[in-house]
Amino acid sequence: MDDLYRDFILEHYKRPRNFGELEPHDLEAHEYNPLCGDEIGVQIKVADGKIADLRFNGHGCAISQAAASIATEELIGMDVEEAAKLDADWMLALLGIDISATRRKCALLLLKALRHAITGDGSWPVGATD
Amino acid sequence: MTTTASTMTELDVRADFPILSRKIGGKRLVYLDSSNTSQKPERVIAAIDDYYRNRNANIHRGVYPLAVEADALFEAARERIAAFTGGEARATIFTANATAAINLVAYSWARASLTPQDAVLVTEMEHHANIVPWQLATAATGAQLRWLDIDEQGLLSLDQLDAELATGDVKLVAVAHVSNVLGTINPVKEIVRRAHDAGARVLIDGAQAVPQMPVDVGTIGADFYAWTGHKALGPTGIGVLQADAAVLEQMPPFLAGGDMIERVTRERSTWNELPWKFEAGTSMIAEAVGLGAAVDYLAALGMTRAREHERMLTAYALEQLSALDGIQIHGPLTADARGGLVSFSVDGIHPHDLAELLGREGVCVRASHHCAQPLMAKLGVPATTRASFAAYNVSEDVDALIAAVRSAQRIFA
Ligand SMILES: Cc1ncc(COP(=O)(O)O)c(C=O)c1O
Repeated sequence: MDDLYRDFILEHYKRPRNFGELEPHDLEAHEYNPLCGDEIGVQIKVADGKIADLRFNGHGCAISQAAASIATEELIGMDVEEAAKLDADWMLALLGIDISATRRKCALLLLKALRHAITGDGSWPVGATD
Repeated sequence: MTTTASTMTELDVRADFPILSRKIGGKRLVYLDSSNTSQKPERVIAAIDDYYRNRNANIHRGVYPLAVEADALFEAARERIAAFTGGEARATIFTANATAAINLVAYSWARASLTPQDAVLVTEMEHHANIVPWQLATAATGAQLRWLDIDEQGLLSLDQLDAELATGDVKLVAVAHVSNVLGTINPVKEIVRRAHDAGARVLIDGAQAVPQMPVDVGTIGADFYAWTGHKALGPTGIGVLQADAAVLEQMPPFLAGGDMIERVTRERSTWNELPWKFEAGTSMIAEAVGLGAAVDYLAALGMTRAREHERMLTAYALEQLSALDGIQIHGPLTADARGGLVSFSVDGIHPHDLAELLGREGVCVRASHHCAQPLMAKLGVPATTRASFAAYNVSEDVDALIAAVRSAQRIFA
C-alpha cells in the first residue's frame, strides 16, 4: 500500500466531512498555499467557548483536503482556546503519514486557517521540533 | 514515402548526460522537466571544471597571461553563443537569467521610453518573467498594460494584434516565442513585422525556444530577444539578451559600477561600449564558458535534428495521453504547432498528487502554476502537470510517464 495515499486519506479526499458553508458563523478565515494553489476557507460557530460547528471549503491536493476533513472531525466540540493552541505536531500526528518537507504546507493549511480565524495570527503553524 | 534517419533509429544521447545514469529509489531517472531546467552534458561539466582548475582569473583587468587567457575564453564563448542564435557578439549581453534580461529592458529602455500616452502589450500565455516587469514599468511611467487573448487551442490572434496596434499607442509588444505551459509556438517573425510597421518595439521571451529549436534572432528581427542558459543545457547563473545594437546604443545603462564605464570622474561617468555597457561588475565567467560548451554541443547535435526528435516525442506523448481516460490536454492539439512539452490535467487527481506519485516511479514532471497565474485563471485550473522533453529523452520515457499516470489513476480510482 502507498505510504502517503492511504485509503483513509483518499476516502476523506473524495468524501470530505464538514465541507461547505456555515451561515451564520462567528469566525472565519481564508488561506492560500502558493506552492500548489491549494485554498482552504473555514467558518466557525462558537457557543459557550466551544467550537459548536465548523465547515471548511476550498480546493487543492489530496493531502490538503484530507487533512482538513480529518481535522474538522476532531475540532467540533473542542474549546476554542484549546483549538487556538494546536500546533503542527498535532496535525501531523492526526494524519499519521510521512509527509515530505515540500508537502508539509499542504497538510497544515486548515490549521493555519483555523488559527487565523480564532487569533488573527495568519502565520504558518509550527511544531515542537521546528 | 521517404523514411528519414530519425524515424529509423531514434536519437539516443543519454550517455552524454552523467545524471541520467542515476537511479532514484531504485528506478531509472526519467527526466521530463527540461522546460524547468535542463540536464547538463559531460562536455559542459568538464568545461566548467577545466575553467576553475586551469584557467581561472578575472577578465577585462589583468595583463598577465592567465588573465589574458580567461578573457579570451569568455569573449570567445560570447562569440559562439551569439552565433548560435544568429546574433552579433556586440549586441549579445550576458545577464543572470532570462528574467534579468527582461528586467534590463524594463528598467533601461522602458523607463526612458514610455509615457502615460503609451501602452505595452503582453499576452495571456506569458511567464511571470514577461508580465511583472511590465506591470512595474507601466506603473512607474503611467503607461497602460494591455493583453492579447489566447483561443481554446492556446493560439494568439494576429487580428487582435493588428487591432491593438491600430490604436497607435503601443510602444512595446512583449511575447513568448514558445509558451512554457501550452507549448504554443508563436509566429514571432510575423508579430515583429506587424509591430514594426506600427512603430512598436518587440521583446521576445525565448527561454523555451532556444533550447529546443533552431532560432535566428537576425531573421526574427525583434528589438530584444531574451533567453536563459540553464534551460539550454548550460549552467545556472547566466542569461542572454540579444538586441538591436542601434537600440542598445540609445539606451541608458541599467546596473552601474565597474566594467560598464569608460571613464569616471567625481562628477560624472561615461559608458563602456557594447556589450560591456550593460555588464556591470565581475561577469559570470565560468557560466559563460559552460554555456559556450552547451551551444557547441547543441550545434554539433544539430538544432533541426533536436527539434525533430522532440517533435516526435511530443507527438507520441500527445497520442498516448489522449488514449487514456479522464485526461485533458492544454494547448495546441498537434505536435507541429507546439514545442517539446505537454501540459495536462487528470480528472480527480490534483497535479501535486500526480507529480508526487510519478516521482516515486522516477518520473520527474512539474506540477504547478508554472509561473503563469493569469494563464491558469484563463484555463480555469489552479495548476497543471507538465512533461517536457529535451534531446536526451527517448520514447521509453513517454512509456514510463504513461505507465505512471495509469498507476496514479488506479490509486485514486
Ligand atoms: C517562458 C519563460 N520565460 C522566462 C523564464 C524565466 O527563466 P529564468 O528563471 O531562467 O530567468 C522561464 C523559465 O521558467 C520561462 O519558461
